Order: sequence, then structure tokens, then C-alpha cells
Amino acid sequence: MNKLSRLLMFLAALSLGLLFLSPMWKIYLKAPQYPEGLEMHIWVNKISGSSESVLQNFNILNHYIGMEPIHAESFAELKIMPYIVFAFMITGAIVALVGKRRLILYWGVLLLIGGAVGILDFYLWLVKFGTNLSPEAPIKVPGMTYIPPLLGRKQLLNFEALSLPSTGSLGILLALVFAAIAYYVSRKNKLEEQTLITT
Amino acid sequence: MGKLLGKLKTIASDVGLPLALISGLFLQSCSESNRSTAKTESVDEDVAKAVYVAPGKHDELYSFLSGGFNGQVSVYGIPSGRLLKVIPVFSQFPENGYGYNEETRPMLMTSHGFVPWDDLHHPKLSRAEGMADGRWLFVNGNNTPRVARIDLTTFETVEIMEIPNSAGNHCSPYPTNNNEYILAGTRFSVPLDLAKGGMGDASLEEYKDKFRGSISFIKVDKDKGDMELDFQVLVPGFDYDLANGGKGPSGDWVFFTTYNTEKARTMKELGASQNDKDYLAAINWKLAAKYAAEGKAHEMPANYYHNKLDHGTHKATSTIKKKVRYLLPEECPGMMYLLPAPKSPHGIDVDPTGEYMVVNGKLASTLPVFSFSKMQKAIEDKAFDGEVNGIPVFKYDAVLYGEVKEPGLGPLHTEFDGKGNAYSTMFVSSEVVKWNVKDLKVLDRMPVYYSPGHLMIPGGDTKEPYGKYLVVMNKITKDRYLPTGPELVHSAQLIDISGDKMRMLLDFPTLAEPHYAQGIPADKVAPNSVKFFKLDENTHPEAVKKEADASVTRQGKTVKVNMTSIRSHFVPDNIEGVQVGDTVIFHVTNLEQDWDVPHGFAVMGADNAETLIMPGATQSLRWVPKQAGVYPFYCTDFCSALHQEMQGYIRVSPKGSNVPIKFSSGEKKPVPPPNGGPASAGIN
Repeated sequence: MNKLSRLLMFLAALSLGLLFLSPMWKIYLKAPQYPEGLEMHIWVNKISGSSESVLQNFNILNHYIGMEPIHAESFAELKIMPYIVFAFMITGAIVALVGKRRLILYWGVLLLIGGAVGILDFYLWLVKFGTNLSPEAPIKVPGMTYIPPLLGRKQLLNFEALSLPSTGSLGILLALVFAAIAYYVSRKNKLEEQTLITT
Repeated sequence: MGKLLGKLKTIASDVGLPLALISGLFLQSCSESNRSTAKTESVDEDVAKAVYVAPGKHDELYSFLSGGFNGQVSVYGIPSGRLLKVIPVFSQFPENGYGYNEETRPMLMTSHGFVPWDDLHHPKLSRAEGMADGRWLFVNGNNTPRVARIDLTTFETVEIMEIPNSAGNHCSPYPTNNNEYILAGTRFSVPLDLAKGGMGDASLEEYKDKFRGSISFIKVDKDKGDMELDFQVLVPGFDYDLANGGKGPSGDWVFFTTYNTEKARTMKELGASQNDKDYLAAINWKLAAKYAAEGKAHEMPANYYHNKLDHGTHKATSTIKKKVRYLLPEECPGMMYLLPAPKSPHGIDVDPTGEYMVVNGKLASTLPVFSFSKMQKAIEDKAFDGEVNGIPVFKYDAVLYGEVKEPGLGPLHTEFDGKGNAYSTMFVSSEVVKWNVKDLKVLDRMPVYYSPGHLMIPGGDTKEPYGKYLVVMNKITKDRYLPTGPELVHSAQLIDISGDKMRMLLDFPTLAEPHYAQGIPADKVAPNSVKFFKLDENTHPEAVKKEADASVTRQGKTVKVNMTSIRSHFVPDNIEGVQVGDTVIFHVTNLEQDWDVPHGFAVMGADNAETLIMPGATQSLRWVPKQAGVYPFYCTDFCSALHQEMQGYIRVSPKGSNVPIKFSSGEKKPVPPPNGGPASAGIN
């Protein structure tokens, strides 16, 4: 690994820090009585909203259909995930320092798997909240579940729900891209070195 | 009718007042037959567009109209004329429990006891550098002298201060150009007891010698807006009518119109209308403040209430003040002067440049305009014509700029458009008259329906009027709307003043009897509007911030219910252990943190009111059950699809029974079987 690929690898590790600076995912809800819209922001370590009280208002709405209230404490993932991200950042930096090209590949693949697991986990809790409804709910629509879309738009009764990855997720994407370039660049150098020796 | 009106006016200005009054009566009686012509003459085809605010769009301006005898302020959108809000100030308001619930009852305390009404006359917006800044609205209570402050972030009354040594707080509350002071003058003079304080006992025959008026200087905190009575100026025993501050060169001065300089004490309609000239009183407020600071002020005992609503606790508290400082004009040279003004003047209005003072003599046939620079020169030249109680009186000609000839009948009030024009209401001839301040020529006339009191141009009393609209507040409404029995609402009319000629745009009904109004561009107020109170910042001692902390406790004969409300339930909603004759106080905290989701709270048979709790706030309602039984309580403000279900019960047992205090909310109940059964049938 040359200087450039080491630098790129550092950048890859650093990019993951974006996860702490902005949400990974945003769910937008729109209804006639919420002209300003309600936004739920999912971070690597917390759940928040476009304003302080959004979560409470989500829960007030959800209680009509018997959905369990959403609190940051309800997700063990939010406690574990920051450590996983930290681990990736530290190992990324180590990879850059050690300078073994193969490690970049391992690191990248692990990160890819980590991301995929994250999305699967996110989908599972959407399903859990959308289907695990109280039998005592005031409003029951036969056959209706309230799983918000993982990605894209969906109509849930009078609410239009839109779910999109947000800036935080860009951190993972950037990390993968930087790692890929680092991997590529170091390969090119290796070839050059080899040709230099052989000639 | 227009022609007739013109003719009458020419004759009337020659013959003077008696005919003016007759013509007023005559105009009213002939209005019926000329109604249709009047309507079509004055309204263009395309005015609808000028006032149309499409659904979902907002008005350009807020306007605040005083409610007169309802003790409230009404907020209207301009140009639509849509009523946006009613703000209770001096009156109890069953709609939201203001003045009924425990938090706001102290707001209406006075030295006369609990006074739940007043006659609210003049709204005035707080100012920064001579312009309305949209932070607060000051209003006066005329009857039981009080000045109140409304916070324009919440549109709530947050402070009410009683004014001692005042009887009829009419020429009030006028802010100086940076809210240094709010000026409040008395309408009726009364005998003051300087030794013991307050009103003295005197024979009415001693009016001339013993009666005095007072002008109060109320200091305003720059950041918080809190008021404090700094000192008073004790003035001669006339009646003081209206006031207005100067601006620009005259910024240090404030002017008051007076009537009854005759000092008549009976049948004032004649007694106070004898002098051809009354006075415009001019006070240099900066000099007065200086005199007061330098120790010219005397101190006398007083007894007045100062009530403030705390932002954090949402609770009002009263403090009683026991002293007041006062200045005597005769001991303070250069502080106060009198300008002879014809006759029984009402409005005093200073033009945007600060040079011209227009005095609207409601019984006079001309409209005098005084010059501030001439007044300054007259002070230098000592162009005086005697004095009253040691206060110099100017020679009329030494301070007069000129008179508007034949302005109309019964000039009452003038405002300005910022293009050098003035607009005056003519009470008797029912019209608004536009005239040029420089050459004093009448430019245009607009008939209004009927008998206008005051008018308002947004910012028309500041140095930069908005100049697009004029709102005129009419006293008589007959025939303008569908009849509603003998009593009709008063009517406001919106006039477009952007062109050379005035254009009548809109009639809109107003509440009670507006005496004055203020207008301000919406963008100065709307962005600061509070949407809900933060629950975390609620410091009410009885607030309950989570359902788990709700409680019912007995302390002797008082049962305290600390309750929460949220869509769509109360906690607790089952209460037992109350006995007949107990005092139950419901402290309800609204846990919502969303805009426009107040919850109401009402209990059957409550003999005071319901209360309405804003999101994040706590309000308390006192209830004394008189009979045993199970009483429902419920939310009175539609809050959700389950609003009807937002209810509970409180059990009242006979006196001395041994039912223990018990409260709950929500019991596990058997789940109805899926498919069928009444529970799932509900949603079909």
C-alpha cells in the first residue's frame, strides 16, 4: 500500500463518523392535519424528529391503532451500534497503518455485511411495530397492518409515509467507496512496482 | 345624497354647532331611503379582489381592535377582515377560563377587589425607534383605571397594573418612541388626598379647588416588558381625553387633549361646552423624568395592585404597592405647557414628521394644526397668555400652523399616510376626510356607515405609516348587515388609501365597541408566535409531567387532584373519596407538545367555568360539589377522533362518609373476540 491508498483508507474510516453527525434514515409522515409534516429521524445511537416532540406526536397517533409507543430505549441496537461503528473506524485506521492490501478487502466486505445486517434489522423492527398491534386498539381495520415502507412511499390510512436513507448512511457509502478506491489504487501500484522490477 | 351632504356642510360651518347636530340627526333619518344609492356609489366592481385572501393564504397585516365595554381585544386579519382571535384582558372569559381559573384570577384583582370587567379603549403597540416592533400590545382599562400588557408571542394578557390617583384611565396607554414610558392620564378629575393617599372626600361644590387629575409615567423593562409606575404628574382638574406622543423633533413630548376646562361638575354636556377653547396639554416627558430623578418628586401613600403572569408557572401573582411619587407642574418649570385648542377636543395626532399636531375639536367647526417648531419658538419668546396652576398657556396664534377650513362635521380623530396626507373621521357628517398636512386643503371625502369614532392606518401614528389601508370604526350599523334585533354589532370599514381617491373595500363586523386599533405587518409578529409551551419548562408547582405522577390528595377539607390530559384521556379518570362541601381543585396539566392541541376541562355543575389548558401548561379549576352523586368531567375542546371518549367520573359521597380517596385510570379489560362483536363493528 502506498501513501495515497493509506490516506484513502483513513478517509474511509473517518467517513463512518458521519453516522454520529446526522441521521441514517428518515421517515416522513404527511396527513391533512399535519400540514407541516412529521419526521422521524433514526440515528446510529438515538431516535429523534424534526422537532423535539415529534416522537410523542408519532406515539399519540399510533395509539389509535394500538401500536406500541416508540422510545429510544426500546431498541437494544441503538446501544450496540455506536460501538460497532467505532470498531469499524478503529480497525479501518489500523488497516491504513498496517498497510496490508488484503485487509482492505476484509474490512470492506465486513462493513458491507454490517450495513446489510443493519438494514435487515431496521426492516424487522418496522415489521414488528407495524404488525404487533394491541388487541384493545380503538381503531381496528380488518386485515390492516402499519408497516412503514423500508424505502419509498406508502399510504397508511390517512397518512402518506415516505422512507429514505439520510446523510448518515452516506458515511457508510463513502467508507465503502474510499476503501474500494484504496484497494484499487494499491493494486495499480503493485503492478507498477512489479513491472519496474522485471524490466 | 352627496350633494345634500355638501350643502349641509357649507351651511353648517357658517351656522356652527346647533345645525351640525340637527344635520346629523337628519342624515340618519334619510339614510334609509338613500341606502341603495349610497351602497352602489361608493363601492367599485373589483374591490372583492382587493380584500380576497384565498383559502390557505394569510393576511398581510394583523390589526388589534379594542373591544370597548367587553374588556377584550379582537384580532382581525387585514385586508380580509377575518376575526383571528379574541384576547380577554380585563374580563372573565368563559371560552378559556381566563379570570375564572386559579391561575388567572389574580390578574383581575384591584384595590376595589376582584373586578372582572372593564371598558377597554386604546390598544397601542410597543415601539422601537418610533416604529411598532410587534413585541407587546398595551391597552387601557378606562373604568377601574388599569393598564395591561399583552404578549404577542402568545397573544395572552401577561400583566395588569392598576393606576392610583386616576378616575377613568382614558388618555392611555401611549408609549414613547422606545417604550421608555407608557403614559396614562385620567379622564375624570377627583379630589386627591395627598396626606393619606387616594381619593379624598370633598363636597362637589369644591370641585374647582379640590379636584385634580393625574398623568402616570409607567416605566417599561426593555427586554421583558414589565411595567413599573415611576411617578405621576398631578395636573389641573380638567377632564383629560386622549394622548399621543411626539416623534422626530417632538420625540421628547407627549400631548393630551382636555375638555371641561370650565371645571363644571354637573350637566357637563352644557357645562363643559362653554369655553370656545379648551387646552392641549404638552408635557416634556424627558424633562419630567429628569425632575423626578433629581428629587423634585414628592411621595404619597397609595394602594394599587400589580398583577403579573409568570411564563414558567403559567400563574399570575398580585403585589400591592403602597407608595407613589408625584411631581407638581408648578414646581417644574419648562415641563408642561397648555395650548388653547377649540373646542372640547378629542383626538390629538402628531404627523409622521413630528412637526404637526392635529387637534380634533369634536364640537369645533375647524380643524387646527399646531406647529411644534412654533411651539419651541413660543417657549423662547415667552409668547404666553396667562397661566393655569402655574402652567403657562400659549397665545393661540403663536403656536398655530393653520386651520383646515370646513373639514366636515364633528372631527374626532386623524391619522396619516406617510405621503403628507391626513385622514380625519367626521362623527356628525359620517365621513372620512382626506386633507393635505402642508397646505391644509381638503382632497377627498368618503362617506362611511355610520358615525365613525376612530380610524386606523397601520403605523399611522408612527414615523412610517404603512399607507395602504385605512380601517374606520363606526358606531351605528343600522342596515349594513342582516338585522339581529335591537342591538347590532358595530361595523368597521376598510378603505384603500393607496391612490389619490379613497376606495371603500369592505365592511366587517366588530365585537362590542372598538375605540381604537393598531395594525402591523404580519411578518413582524407571526414568526415569533409560540406554538406550544415546553412541558420541561413548566414550573407550575402543581404540574404533573407524566401520567405515573398523577395524584389525588386530601388536605383537610380540600381535595387536590393533580391530573394529566393527552389525546384522548385524563389520568386519573376515576376518582372517589370526595365529600359534599369539600373544595376540589383540579390541577390539569396538558401533556401535549403539538401546536393547536389545547384540552378543555369541565365538570358537571361547576358554577364558575370550564378551563382550557394549552399544550404544556397547567391550569386549575376550583369546584365545590353541593350534592352527593357521581359527576362526569370531560374535555370541552375537540381534540381527536376519541374526543367524546375523553371523560371521567368523580364520586361525591355525603359529608362524613368513610369512602377513602381512590383514583385510577385504565383497568385491564377482557379483549373482545376478533371478527364481530360491538368493538370491531364501530369502524365500519
